[in-house]
Amino acid sequence: MAHEAHAETGHAEAHAHAAPQAFIWRYIFSKDHKVIAVQYYLTAMFMAVIAGLLAMTIRLQLAWPEKTWPQLGKVLSSGFSDGVMNPEFYAMLFTMHGTIMVFFVLSTAPVSGFGNLLIPLQAGARDMAFPFLNGLSFWTFLPGCVVILASFFVGSGAAAAGWTSYPPLSALQSAIPGSQMGQTLWIIGMVFFIASFTMGGLNFLTTILNLRTKGLSLMRMPLTLWSMFLVAILGLLAFPALTAASLMLLFDRHFGTSFFVPAGVVLSGAPQAHAGGSPLLWQHLFWFLGHPEVYILMLPALGFTSDIIAAFCRKPIFGYKAMAGAMCAIAFLSFVVWGHHMFVSGMSPYLGMAFAVGTILIAVPSAVKVFNWLATLWRSRIIYKTPMLWAMGVVSLFISGGLSGVFLGQGALDIHLHDTYFVVAHFHLIMAGAALFGVFGATTFWFPKMFGRLMNDSLGKIHFWFTFLAYYSTFFPMHYIGFAGHSRRLYDPYQYAFLKDLQPINQLITISAFVLGASQILFFINFFWSAFKGPKASDNPWDANGLEWSTPSPPPHGNWPGDIPAVYRWPYDYSVPGAPKDHVMQHDPSPIGDAAGH
Amino acid sequence: MAKFQGLLFGLATLLLVGLATFFFTKDWLPPLKSDRGAIDHSMWVTLAVTGAVFIVTNLLLAWFGWRYTDRPGAQAAYWHDDPRLEWTWTLATAGIMFVFLFNALGLWAQITKAPPPNALVVEVTGQQFAWNARYPGKDGVFGRTDPKLVDPGALNFIGIDKSDPSATDDIVLPQNQLYLPKGRAVLVHVRSLDVVHSFFLPNFRVKQDAMPGMTVETWFTPTETGDFEIACAQHCGLGHYRMRGQVHVVAAADFDKTVAAAME
Amino acid sequence: MTAGVLERPTLPKVLGDGPPPGLPPSFSDDGDGSHGLFGDTARLGLLAFMGTVSMLFIGFTSAYIVRRASADWRPLRAPGLLWANTALLLASSATLETARRRLRSSDLRGAQVFVAATGLLGLLFVAGQVGAWRILGSQGVFLASNPHSSFFYMLTGIHAIHLLGGLIWFTAVAVRMRQMAYAPGTDALGLVALFWHFLSALWVYLLYLLFVM
Repeated sequence: MAHEAHAETGHAEAHAHAAPQAFIWRYIFSKDHKVIAVQYYLTAMFMAVIAGLLAMTIRLQLAWPEKTWPQLGKVLSSGFSDGVMNPEFYAMLFTMHGTIMVFFVLSTAPVSGFGNLLIPLQAGARDMAFPFLNGLSFWTFLPGCVVILASFFVGSGAAAAGWTSYPPLSALQSAIPGSQMGQTLWIIGMVFFIASFTMGGLNFLTTILNLRTKGLSLMRMPLTLWSMFLVAILGLLAFPALTAASLMLLFDRHFGTSFFVPAGVVLSGAPQAHAGGSPLLWQHLFWFLGHPEVYILMLPALGFTSDIIAAFCRKPIFGYKAMAGAMCAIAFLSFVVWGHHMFVSGMSPYLGMAFAVGTILIAVPSAVKVFNWLATLWRSRIIYKTPMLWAMGVVSLFISGGLSGVFLGQGALDIHLHDTYFVVAHFHLIMAGAALFGVFGATTFWFPKMFGRLMNDSLGKIHFWFTFLAYYSTFFPMHYIGFAGHSRRLYDPYQYAFLKDLQPINQLITISAFVLGASQILFFINFFWSAFKGPKASDNPWDANGLEWSTPSPPPHGNWPGDIPAVYRWPYDYSVPGAPKDHVMQHDPSPIGDAAGH
Repeated sequence: MAKFQGLLFGLATLLLVGLATFFFTKDWLPPLKSDRGAIDHSMWVTLAVTGAVFIVTNLLLAWFGWRYTDRPGAQAAYWHDDPRLEWTWTLATAGIMFVFLFNALGLWAQITKAPPPNALVVEVTGQQFAWNARYPGKDGVFGRTDPKLVDPGALNFIGIDKSDPSATDDIVLPQNQLYLPKGRAVLVHVRSLDVVHSFFLPNFRVKQDAMPGMTVETWFTPTETGDFEIACAQHCGLGHYRMRGQVHVVAAADFDKTVAAAME
Repeated sequence: MTAGVLERPTLPKVLGDGPPPGLPPSFSDDGDGSHGLFGDTARLGLLAFMGTVSMLFIGFTSAYIVRRASADWRPLRAPGLLWANTALLLASSATLETARRRLRSSDLRGAQVFVAATGLLGLLFVAGQVGAWRILGSQGVFLASNPHSSFFYMLTGIHAIHLLGGLIWFTAVAVRMRQMAYAPGTDALGLVALFWHFLSALWVYLLYLLFVM
């Protein structure tokens, strides 16, 4: 019956296949996954600028807490008194930097941005399974951004209880100024975000499972597609825990319930009218989301990196099955390790042991990924275009950031390192760094499929080198000050005698952070100039193999002008002996390459 | 240009490895003043092993990145699976990790085990933004507290119920001061009056969140006399950065005298 | 029924609008056996959605179990009205199934009657839940009175919101029933029925969690 129906649409409605012509339907309220992807991407970019500026303001305070900044104080008048930053403003800075970066930038750009762009193109589908839902997802995300940003402009300021929003600090309005209206807006913004991410996840999962083109079995999928598949599952299963926790927090804050606030809390001499709640419960629910969430940021970067490395090494990715398997293992383990964020929280030591087991185990699939990338580089033929540099950067950061996890996974070592800058170094290298570099790699690699043009390679390389060096000199020294016991979230660390000597290192970090921030201007110039004026890209400018390279750049509405190609092989047939070219595309039916298993 | 990139990446990686290794050879940990030396030992073992892996993998990355740069006549190998090699490195990693895990669990069990029976018991209560310490006195029992009795004006910061008989001999130290005898185990009851704090003694490798509504116990033995700092390691509000206390470790013989003098 | 009355399902209009018309379709829905494993796309999406909603309530359940262990827990007595509400909701699931059966035997009018009955029963259930709130309120038991009442109001409220969402979708399907086509296994009414039964089962689970367990 389906055959007949398709024949019918194919004939009767052939006149109606063009994209909507009106600007508003084509570019604003679009249902085309490629337009939605760019909408997400640009919004994430805007949010990244804000969150990056917040980080630089944090760094300013950490390097020179004794100095006054009259000019900055005029711009940010609510956060400064006489050119001196207020402690509560500092708390808002790190809270909002974390929240915006984790959710609105590094979940959004790789997943909602590149996931939307690439899933139908790599899977060989006309669009996502539910295009309307996809459009609705973006238009749910945007209000979330507006609400989060608006919280800076309410009288008591933005949320200030940290991105983890531990109650009672986040639950009691008198605990910190940010816990008044700011925290409520934080919750509302998060609910918008989660709703939008859920719609995206439903689309990702159904599209990958059900709309793959003929011949594209799971074990022929590009690793990017694998990562998106896992991210969709993680998002759908993990985010509801934060929804539940946020709703309960909202009830505690505004309706007098006591889910998280215990009895006997006295704030500034005033006993609070709550009883019996459990602050630990929030931490469990939050990290049940929080840990899978860091893999939501990271897995796409691992997928992009594998695809980019294979294409620019002109060599198949080594150990494809192990690569896909390692990602599945990481995704699975991410659900059973949340307690390693809570080793010193006071939960049962036996639970701490169980969580240490899973945490240390994650090192195994992570190491497998690194070895497989190295084996892919071995005896390859590396062409250093900008995307390849970013992919090498991801491998480098993944090694540096991954190894520090071995310290933190051992509960006893975490006693000293917990909530110090060692942790800050760890997650900025592996989670934020790998995700950020992955996004830059993906941007330069798939730019032709976004705008039909190529980015400038030389400018791209200069941007890479500034970013790579500044990134390391910003975040690597944090390991040392973490060892020395420098806690996170300190408005003025030098109140402590044992941290006084660390100020020069903090100044070095701050200067690096400013270089890092300033280098991003190169990216914005390259991005916007290339989007409008860059050289036109051919269908397959990198001689890569995936299905997305079998259609024009940019792909038309409906993705392929004619029939959707069928797939005959995996996407990693590079340098196949005896093949006419050094790459065999996925839709090439020639009987060459190792067909076995692929 | 392309050749240059591979070389540059290799050099940058060498620079990273060199600097990272050099600075990790310095002793960054605060001087150890407790019996928790096993944590430091584990830290250095982990640093040595992960450091070796860091150096080797980065050298390979640098070498491959430079050596296999595209050049005229170069040909990439069509080589994408080697089950024996893959199983070898997977099992080798798993083996190393199991050793780590075994040690980590042992160390965790050692640190979280029950304290010796003669341990000195002290209660530390965090509040925005100060630490309150008290000893149970001769009866060994802490007097009842009631949030309604909190009265900063009368210096009753944690709301001790003076009508409770076991409260009469409780010794409440001045805020942000803690006295401990050298060489005797100390069992700390960590509590919080308001939000989550974290009782952090950098020199003692002690960190325990103060969770409102709960009393969490942790114990350690100071091994040297001197004055050290107490820090708050969990964001607890706008005064978090100045929630600083002092711990004074004195010779066991002088302990009672010193505490009595501090109460003056 | 002739093919003219029952056209191809237009369900994607509710959840999305399908692939752009005029182009050859994606391979997946042309009966290619290689990955038909996961069945109808809309159904798969709905199952995934039910999965994420289940996780939401699993999150609440874990919080409930933790919170119930604390000293200030005062068990609440279930208002008797809840049992009547439960009967209404289960009855609505039954009438919905009857409607689907009528439709399969091409009895459009009969199906419409039972669909209307289902919607009415669903509305009555929500009204009944509000009634249960009012009964508790009149006994002086409010949201913040004790932890059990907090969970009761919150869980019933969130369930009712999901049910109202289901009702909106249900109404959208019901009003277009006449023009809608029915292919065995993949019909719009079948999908909304799946969600509806899920919410019924969820309510029975919540009732068990709150007052029986």
